[in-house]
Amino acid sequence: MRFRGAGIGALAVAGLWHYHCSPDRAGSSGGVTRQKGFIHMTKKAIATACAVALVAFTGTAFLGSAQAKTLVYCSEGSPENFNPMLSYTGTSFDAQRPIYSQLTGFEYGGTAVVPNLAEKWEVSADGLTFTFHLRKNVKFHSSKTFKPTRNFNADDVLFSFERQWKKENPYFKVSGGGYDYFTDMDMPKLLKSIDKVDDYTVRFVLNEPNAPFVANLAMDFASIQSKEYADALLKAGKPELIDQEPIGTGPFEFVQYVKDATIRFKAFAPYFGAKPKIDTLVFSINKDPAVRVAKLKANECQVSFGPRPADLPGLKADKNLTVMSQAGLNIGYIGMNTKKKPFDDVRVRKAMTMVIDQKAILEAVYQGSGQPAKNLIPPTMWSYNDKTPAYKMDIAGAKKLLAEAGYPDGFETDLWAMPVQRPYNPDARRIAELVQADLAKVGVKAKIVSYEWGDYRKRVQAGEHQMAELGWTGDNGDPDNFFVPLAACSSKNTAQWCDKEFDDLVTKAVKSANLAERTKLYQQAQEVMNKQSPYFFIAHSLVHLPMRATVTGFKMSPFGAHRFDIVDVK
Amino acid sequence: MLRFLLGRISLIIPTFVGVTFLAFLLIHLVPGDPIEARVGEHGISQERLDELRHEFGYDQPMWKQFLTYELDVVRGDFGVSVVTREPVIKEFLTLFPATIELSIAAIVFAMLIGLPLGVIAAVKRGSAFDYGLMGMSVTGASMPIFWWGLMMILIFSVTLGITPVSGRISDAFFIEPWSGFMTIDCFWAEDEGACTSAWSHLVLPMVVLGTIPLAIIARMTRSSMLEVLNEDYVRTARAKGLSGNRVVIVHALRNALIPVVTVIGLSVSGLLGGAILTETIFSWPGVGHWLVESIARRDYPVLQTGTLLIAVLVILVNLGVDLLYGFLNPRIRR
Repeated sequence: MRFRGAGIGALAVAGLWHYHCSPDRAGSSGGVTRQKGFIHMTKKAIATACAVALVAFTGTAFLGSAQAKTLVYCSEGSPENFNPMLSYTGTSFDAQRPIYSQLTGFEYGGTAVVPNLAEKWEVSADGLTFTFHLRKNVKFHSSKTFKPTRNFNADDVLFSFERQWKKENPYFKVSGGGYDYFTDMDMPKLLKSIDKVDDYTVRFVLNEPNAPFVANLAMDFASIQSKEYADALLKAGKPELIDQEPIGTGPFEFVQYVKDATIRFKAFAPYFGAKPKIDTLVFSINKDPAVRVAKLKANECQVSFGPRPADLPGLKADKNLTVMSQAGLNIGYIGMNTKKKPFDDVRVRKAMTMVIDQKAILEAVYQGSGQPAKNLIPPTMWSYNDKTPAYKMDIAGAKKLLAEAGYPDGFETDLWAMPVQRPYNPDARRIAELVQADLAKVGVKAKIVSYEWGDYRKRVQAGEHQMAELGWTGDNGDPDNFFVPLAACSSKNTAQWCDKEFDDLVTKAVKSANLAERTKLYQQAQEVMNKQSPYFFIAHSLVHLPMRATVTGFKMSPFGAHRFDIVDVK
Repeated sequence: MLRFLLGRISLIIPTFVGVTFLAFLLIHLVPGDPIEARVGEHGISQERLDELRHEFGYDQPMWKQFLTYELDVVRGDFGVSVVTREPVIKEFLTLFPATIELSIAAIVFAMLIGLPLGVIAAVKRGSAFDYGLMGMSVTGASMPIFWWGLMMILIFSVTLGITPVSGRISDAFFIEPWSGFMTIDCFWAEDEGACTSAWSHLVLPMVVLGTIPLAIIARMTRSSMLEVLNEDYVRTARAKGLSGNRVVIVHALRNALIPVVTVIGLSVSGLLGGAILTETIFSWPGVGHWLVESIARRDYPVLQTGTLLIAVLVILVNLGVDLLYGFLNPRIRR
């Protein structure tokens, strides 16, 4: 290692500096496992003094060389921890995904469920028992303090689920506990038992049939941790390290996390799947979108998290870059409270869908990053009903419907707008303003209301509003994950809507294991929803991902996940 | 001198109570709490919400929460981040060296450029250089940091490609933190060029953060020098036949420095404020960055302790400046 800094001015001092302070003299070039002896410390002290002396200098030459094949991804924020069981943001899941594997997986770039740690599985005829046959010879990573002595087996599966499920598990409370996704996906209600049949066979028994269950197991929260590591840490009295110095069976090993700066991974050679084509994967954390764009242009990162719509034309024009775009698995909507007047009348709700200018909202607010919506689920999802008619502006028709409903001169309503930007809605306030102007055309006076985000959600769930904006991002790619939380009677949905016909359809669909039958049921459910119009669907937002043209093999995930195990850089 | 010192130190206690109270009050006045701030569209069950609130003590009355916090701080327990579950003090100590490194670099940059410029402007009073410099310093002092930072990135990093865009070191290097100062830790990197990379990453943020103090220091030095250059003892020194440079540097500058030192001391708190923006633009992982993030997450323990520790730092720096002032000006050393 040589010092190649370019000093400005004071050449004599620079000469002295180079003699005393070049790292060959000041410190050994050891890596992680250096001995910390007295000599070493003295060298450090010299180097420290030298560096302080260097404050007067400003190095200008920028030399960043990498021998190994490295891919830098400009991510948008720091993860909360390194255990997806405890996390709740896409930012964290992205940072954890390289490390872990799950029993099942999502196909690269799609929503289809594929084998992962489980090579195959069987479902019993009653749809209650799922038997998973585990892959053999799967290795766990090592950490600074732990080397695994055995391969992955059924014990690890049991541990990973029991940690989230059973209060008596010694890890249940570790790192604060609180397995939000496990609870949100209704796992405690669904699971009856998990048994180890033998070392490589695990049986899950459910309380009721649930078709999306296998897809749930592909989600990040269902990642598998090492029981051997957990036991060793418990013995050492440091159980929380399992979530800070993580090991898993994923394509990349965790190397280092510098808070708010970088996360570093290296390819894991014994990985059971296709070996990653890059050697080192680095997440460079940059919260400012303008800086991420600049870094990408300067080739300081090769893939960057979603840019602002305003930056898109510039990125697309740059011939060194490629911008990938895909419809996100999401929906932004305005819910009309069917429990409150005047929206308890379907004619009023229909009239609203005829006066709101969807196109104007897409142009002004989404700026080319939105796809007009007409159903609750996005068009990329199976069972999407394309026969549903799109919204059509019809002021005269709307006035007529309102008159029939007893509101010939319109009415007064509130219109709630979230105070925060969401993946499916870039600017709720601006949309509310546009809608307010549209509604005025039929004499409806809308008052825009907003609350702090936590408060907003709570009040909307309680149904305090008349009209409210909100939305959803899908978790497991199953239509059930949209229809039930957003429109079933059991949910506290934004429209406070409960329709028996719709509810029967979606309840029947989730219990069926037959895909064709489920598709038909969900398509019928969409028809019912269109007739009843509890929502005005605004848009499915498009997700953009800019990257260097040298990056090959990248596929965008409909879930908004960023995966780098198949990617290569030229 | 000792009495002076003790007097100053005893002021720290009421300041400490005041700062903790304000930090506590302000953040609790903002609607929402850390538990609710993190919940997305899925919502959270009342049971889980109550459990978490109880765990962090947010179900207690406000005055009790404040007292508990004060007592914990006195005992040296600064709490645990609601988001990461890591001790706040550990996070602070991890990030603080980055802020210090940047601030020191900025203030040194501001002094190295600002002082000579101010002196030259005073000596060449009324010249084109003087007017040009003063015009530039008004511009510099009123520069919006955010805009200035992004402009510098666009010009030097994106267009000219001579400086890196952001961060503390190129991502190609693996650095094991030892001192927390990247410009020092880079010496233990295995790859060559790590230090060049670390130092070159420091240039833009240093210039951006140092711009406002530089402008203020240059102006202050100029006006202070002008005052001193008219003093009798400077005329005497000249009359004794001393060289112009010697008069300016030894006799005038040392006296002119007294108000300048005060300004530098005061600008340290401003520097920490500017560091928040600079750190955000340059993705510099320091405490400013961390605090801004914590506001959105309503991470009470981080905000309270972060504010407290920065306040203590500002108090200590001001104390240091007062002591230095006494050293430079023996007349007040009593």
